Amino acid sequence: MPVARTRSVALLGLSGSIVEVEADLGSQLPAFLVIGLPDAAIGESRERVRAAAANSGCPLPARRLTVNLSPATLPKHGSGFDLAIAIACLAAAGRLDASSAGSLVHLGELGLDGRLRPTDGVLPAVLAARRAGADRVMVPTANAPEAALVDGIEVVGVASLAEAVAWHGGDVEVVPVDAVLPADAPEPPLVHTGDLADVVGNPEAVAALIAAAAGGHHLGLYGPPGAGKTMLASRLPGILPDLALDQSLEVASLRSLSGLGVGGLSARPPFEAPHHTASAASIIGGGGRLIRPGAAARASHGVLFLDEAPEFPASVLDVLRQPLESRSISIHRASAIASFPASFQLVLAANPCPCGQWSPKGESCTCAPSVKRRYLSRISGPLRDRLDLELWVPRLTTTASAGEGGRVSSDEARRRVELARTVAAERYRGTPWRTNAEVPGPWLRGTGGMHPGHRATVAIDRALESGGLTMRGYDKVLRLAWTLADLDGAGVPDGDHVGQANVLRRAPLWAA
Amino acid sequence: MSHNAELGRLGEDLAAAHLEARGFRLIERNWRCRHGEIDVVAAHRACTVFIEVKTRAGERFGHPFEAITPVKLARLRRLAAMWCEAKGAIAGPPRIDAVAVLVRPGESAVIEHLEGIG
Repeated sequence: MPVARTRSVALLGLSGSIVEVEADLGSQLPAFLVIGLPDAAIGESRERVRAAAANSGCPLPARRLTVNLSPATLPKHGSGFDLAIAIACLAAAGRLDASSAGSLVHLGELGLDGRLRPTDGVLPAVLAARRAGADRVMVPTANAPEAALVDGIEVVGVASLAEAVAWHGGDVEVVPVDAVLPADAPEPPLVHTGDLADVVGNPEAVAALIAAAAGGHHLGLYGPPGAGKTMLASRLPGILPDLALDQSLEVASLRSLSGLGVGGLSARPPFEAPHHTASAASIIGGGGRLIRPGAAARASHGVLFLDEAPEFPASVLDVLRQPLESRSISIHRASAIASFPASFQLVLAANPCPCGQWSPKGESCTCAPSVKRRYLSRISGPLRDRLDLELWVPRLTTTASAGEGGRVSSDEARRRVELARTVAAERYRGTPWRTNAEVPGPWLRGTGGMHPGHRATVAIDRALESGGLTMRGYDKVLRLAWTLADLDGAGVPDGDHVGQANVLRRAPLWAA
Repeated sequence: MSHNAELGRLGEDLAAAHLEARGFRLIERNWRCRHGEIDVVAAHRACTVFIEVKTRAGERFGHPFEAITPVKLARLRRLAAMWCEAKGAIAGPPRIDAVAVLVRPGESAVIEHLEGIG
């Protein structure tokens, strides 16, 4: 048959669409054309496919081969189309069963020797194939475990083109080869970066961290160097509840797209801590043609920790404002718009001033007032506004460290967090929200009927009236009060919860 | 005659026989002018067909068709025009074909034919 077709997947952001790969064998002088908006890597696949086919014992016919990737207007990237192109060409040449080739989705890059090499983004591609109704997908052996994470689709792992051709009923000698293994991808970072019980003598901070976890509140940590800000922040993922299956699939897909190894599904939330020299593109994602996710997207359903936040360029911090609001990242390019999820929990940590010695008790800070002001103002007002919770982390004193009692382990804290989240989820049943941090202010105050009553909020009502509290600040206090009430098992926040929330809203900084 | 020229001659003979068997009426073989040579000119289904014959003793240096590069095809087209000019009127529209002959030692020759290559 002079025309044969099979399918592959083009990824744009996390969403993939099925691409039909058609091959036409014409009775013309030998030529090999790939059309349908291929990028440079796909253009080069002609050479890989020709060499791989010849070295697998099933050379392409010496005729004109035209390969069309349709829909032809959709831009396509990367080397993952090699296998589909080779299979379509060989089917057109009658070297294998064309109907068998047409029934599968093929993913994978070819080596010149005919072996299949792993590619990035196999997990989201297989998810897209399943969404499109495919029931079988053929991937390189090295990607098979990753593809098999998706339920409801059969995964065929092959080590070489010859194996793939033989699977489709082609008459070819299959020489066993060593499958190409993925390059040593960095292991998924250990999320359990320590137990909450390691935190000594700072019960207020531990309580605030649990509240942040329970309500999904963004958190700011301020304090002198060595006070344990980083230690606290790294304990946050450990006390978050386990991810649901679709969430962990999304986390693994984003790792796969980033070219990081997918070592299996993990139910633990991710923890991303980019260095303060990170560029805006590395945080939200980017790239010229192939758009890759950044640290914020990889932290989705987990924690994005910005240590030494004032050291980040202001432009980098401010790109986070939109994702914090919309919980998704859109990257616009001339050719396409890619979107990634961004439902991360933000944790900022900062010293109070450049020398780091300032404290509310008045320690030996040597910074000039203007220098101090400039330092913290690098975290812009709009960004700081999105933190529901701010915490002053004091340096540990001997008396505090002596108080060993009341330490909370991560497991215990997680149980409390899970309980509080269940209560909140029950309350928000029938709404688009799951946690207190997501609920918009007007709904909280009025339409949702979630105002705890003016007896509980008398203090903040007065502050609102006198201008000491903005409307946005008022909403934050209400949200946090609900979280504290959920943790206490109280049905509705009382005056204590509101008071406590008002204290946690802003750290007692000189600039506050 | 060198080995290659001998092989080429053999291939052209095989190709001519193959063409005649398929209903081509040969008009001219090895027409030369100072720009080059046309291997076979034949009449087929109301067309005047200019045929380039490529002969190889094996595929170590690629398929014979792969040796017909766009440059050679363009020259063939020019030569066809010159042939028409030299002969005056021609019968029917012109067409360019290619015939590949693989003569592996000790095996029977394999002949492939592409019609209307450009």
